[in-house]
Amino acid sequence: MSYLPYGVAAWLFLVGLYGMVTSRNLIHLVVCLSVVQSSTYVFLLALGFETGATAPVFYDVPPGTPAVDPVVQALVLTDVVVGVTVTALLLALAIQEHKRFGTLDPHELRAMRG
Amino acid sequence: MNPVVRRLVFLSGAIGVALLLAWGMTGLPPFGVYRGPYGDVINRSAIRERHTTEAVGAVVMDYRGFDTLGEEFILLTSVVGVALLLRTARDEEERETPSDEHPGTVPITDAVAAIGLALIGPTVLTGLSIVAHGHITPGGGFQGGAVLAAGAILSFLAGRYVLFRRVAPTHLLDPAEGSGAAGFVLVGALGLVSGSAFLANVLPLGEAGTLLSSGTLPLLNMTVGLEVAAGFVLIVSEFLEETMAVRRKGER
Amino acid sequence: MTALQAVILLLVAGGGLAVVLVRSPLRQALVVGIYGLTLAVLFVVFQAPDVALSLGAVGSVALPLMIVMALAKTRSGDEE
Repeated sequence: MSYLPYGVAAWLFLVGLYGMVTSRNLIHLVVCLSVVQSSTYVFLLALGFETGATAPVFYDVPPGTPAVDPVVQALVLTDVVVGVTVTALLLALAIQEHKRFGTLDPHELRAMRG
Repeated sequence: MNPVVRRLVFLSGAIGVALLLAWGMTGLPPFGVYRGPYGDVINRSAIRERHTTEAVGAVVMDYRGFDTLGEEFILLTSVVGVALLLRTARDEEERETPSDEHPGTVPITDAVAAIGLALIGPTVLTGLSIVAHGHITPGGGFQGGAVLAAGAILSFLAGRYVLFRRVAPTHLLDPAEGSGAAGFVLVGALGLVSGSAFLANVLPLGEAGTLLSSGTLPLLNMTVGLEVAAGFVLIVSEFLEETMAVRRKGER
Repeated sequence: MTALQAVILLLVAGGGLAVVLVRSPLRQALVVGIYGLTLAVLFVVFQAPDVALSLGAVGSVALPLMIVMALAKTRSGDEE
């Protein structure tokens, strides 16, 4: 029971990968990629958690109260915003690809015509 | 490879990965037991050293500021990539700039338009407040920049596409984003100029809990907020020009 | 681990499954917005308010908007 967050992170990773493998639409594939990214956020934040501790903001609590790990939160914070931007780049690539080939189905993109 | 074979191959690989993850994760300390030393070290010393009340902001902008520089440049590269991809694709076909409103293209009810327009001001103010207080309360450049971009996009969501183009024109957004990214490097170069390392905190640290404290942290928050907001609005306006220009061409 | 954390973790797992199983990208935009909100609640319960702020601002506004606009572009390209 105390390994539930790690299990949920692994479950999200595998479910997102399954969605990417069996996808018939490039936009659906990009959204499944963002699910895979969110599994890493859950895993990292679960690593830094301490039972009974508060958030690492000391505006109204005296410094010295036990708080959760701020380094892990710093990693995830920038990652969230940058991840959405990379998703935008992938969506722009999907739009370009639709213009060239006329289809959004990854199963129909067989050979790379050079 | 037909779909059934694809699923079988994936399932066999997934079972292997799941077993590996299970074996690895049971070696971790159970959830809630925190053993690492760095979190406690920073929680105890961030206030004393940097005169800031928010440890996460200090880690993002000061202790690990070089990582944030790298992430900011990933953001810049992605935005440049989106602009490049969609602009070259648009130059290949005929373009015309939307100069008047077609009320029929975006059917918006009056209630949505009224609420959307009324919420632009509070959203922009909230975004600015989150950016400015990034070193005191939870917030900072990344979150505040995203909220600011949402405030700018609200003018499009309320049905006023021409207002959105006038509020956020492309020839203003490009230099805004570039100066946000360059501002981060320049503030870091302040450290070099004054004789210590790059991105060192060299401005006077005030008293913890006030707005003018923690040295370079408010400056860095503001540059990051500018860059994130300009980046998001640029991405959205590139996507929008794709859809709106083509739809207008197909309407005639 | 409190009961609140366990419940929201299970909701997040179910939300991830729902995002993948919805096949039409238009409906997926809505489901991914709700999934982002559930994730933000999970991060608040994990005592991480900064992360919850950034995820709420970005995952509920920018991500569904970009999906819908990409869809509109590819669909209107179809009708030409």
